[in-house]
Amino acid sequence: MAETVEIRWHGRGGQGTVTAAKVLADACLSGGRYVQAFPEYGPERAGAPLRAYNRVASKELRMHCPVLEPDVVTVVDATLLDSINIAEGAKDNTAFVINTTKDPKEIRAKLKAGPKQRVVTVDATKIALDCFGRAMPNSPMLGAVCKVTGLISIDHLLDDVRKSFGKKFSQKIIDGNIEATKRGYEEVKEG
Amino acid sequence: MAKVVAVTGNEACANALRQVNPDVCGIYPITPQTDMMQRFASYIADGKVDTESILVESEHSSMSACIGAAAAGGRVVTATSSQGLALMWEMLHIASGDRLPIIMPVVNRALSAPLNIHGDHSDAMGARDTGWIQLWSENGQEAYDNTIQAFRIGEHMEIRLPVMVCLDGFIISHSIERMEYLEDQEVRDFVGPFKNFLPLLDLDKPKSYGPLILTDLYHEYKRAQHEVMTKVKDVVLDVAKDFEKLSGRKYGIFETYRLEDADIAIVILNSAAGTTKDVIDEFRDKGIKAGLLKPRLFRPFPFEEVAEALKHVKAVCVMDRADSFGGYGPLFMEVASALYPLERKPLLLNKVYGLGGRDYLPSHAAQVLTELHDISRSGKVNVLKEYIGVRE
Repeated sequence: MAETVEIRWHGRGGQGTVTAAKVLADACLSGGRYVQAFPEYGPERAGAPLRAYNRVASKELRMHCPVLEPDVVTVVDATLLDSINIAEGAKDNTAFVINTTKDPKEIRAKLKAGPKQRVVTVDATKIALDCFGRAMPNSPMLGAVCKVTGLISIDHLLDDVRKSFGKKFSQKIIDGNIEATKRGYEEVKEG
Repeated sequence: MAKVVAVTGNEACANALRQVNPDVCGIYPITPQTDMMQRFASYIADGKVDTESILVESEHSSMSACIGAAAAGGRVVTATSSQGLALMWEMLHIASGDRLPIIMPVVNRALSAPLNIHGDHSDAMGARDTGWIQLWSENGQEAYDNTIQAFRIGEHMEIRLPVMVCLDGFIISHSIERMEYLEDQEVRDFVGPFKNFLPLLDLDKPKSYGPLILTDLYHEYKRAQHEVMTKVKDVVLDVAKDFEKLSGRKYGIFETYRLEDADIAIVILNSAAGTTKDVIDEFRDKGIKAGLLKPRLFRPFPFEEVAEALKHVKAVCVMDRADSFGGYGPLFMEVASALYPLERKPLLLNKVYGLGGRDYLPSHAAQVLTELHDISRSGKVNVLKEYIGVRE
């Protein structure tokens, strides 16, 4: 792992994006690592674009400001590709993880991604609908981010999803999210 | 055994209060503190603490209730932010004037108008002269550690003063970070049982709090408050020493970072200090001797020690996340006062940054350090007080 991995999440209010960033931070605690998870705060409105951030590092994290040059950009809602510049501040080797039905090659062309930039897609909304009947794509996106970054093993992430969702939801919803996280991990397509 | 967790600053402070298990808590919500008292209220409702909650209709009432409970003889806590702290203002003086060791996390937030919920230091700086001890915290770990140490400082039998523990709204209060919790028993042993001093509920010895004192003794009473403040520094250091034995984490009255041989330095409070440290490392890599001083104890302000730590530096920028309109920033005023008695002193300038939650970015720190580097060579300060990160 690089010394610090910085992730920027783009989603819309109500999709569980902030929760995903929190679960990822918690899961990445293992191995003595340092983590941060924080949303960009504004008036909280369902459907409004929002950003959340993660930092994961092998040394103490002192930086307390938004991630400006992300190693990973995660787009939880594909409609944001047309309304904001999700590639802002991206580096030559930034990885984009996009929830979309489209082919990764099509997204690569749309983003005009560079040769060293990875473009990965997953149909997270469909997975969520299949697994627990709600268009809540955060858990499959977590699976996809886990696969792309290799920050933690999928088994470790699933344990953490179980723990985090277990506080709030019924067994059926927890099982659905576990399945969705696993499928998000398995069904990423790169192009 | 320390427990490693990933939690928000609010969660960490609420947990510290749970571990201390105070007698009484005044509760009133205000963003961004709300989540802290909400969590603590859950601990009360779930029987995790023995604390009696007093739900009130305003922060003025909350502090009034705390004053009553503390004078009665209890270990008392509350928490607030921004307008809430402003509304407490007259009662803050009564808590300190009556020498009641109330402990209060303050989640720093801008003041209205215009309405803004985000982090800056206007609230706590406005309470600078209320006679409270103020500890400031860079991150969630420091907020947690300061909250625990605050009890030992404020309740010390030679001090008996209320303590504010300041942490940055949203930037720290709502960000999840890795930190270490102490065991409940360790915290309880460290803080110890509450020691009473002249409790009102000692009915065999009736007494009166806050009586009328006119020209005969008021002056002497206030001088006594000044005197007790001069003792705080040593107690803060003693408590920090014990805390280090327990936790392994070292605290002083301020933190210095690469300051010993620095030519230029930034003085800055709370979360922005962390961002600044990373940029200082970059400047050091370029061969520029940059350093930092981050006050922890702001009231009482350790003037002599700050002067000693900064006296060799060629140029110092004091950065304020609050303003005194028509004056300099509040932190600048203290540092300037600290340096004044020195024969040879650093060139000094003041930057106001980050009001109302405006991001403080590494580029801002770099801009200031570059200017300081130029000043250290030219010996000339062009603009003494300036806003940075401001849209023109």
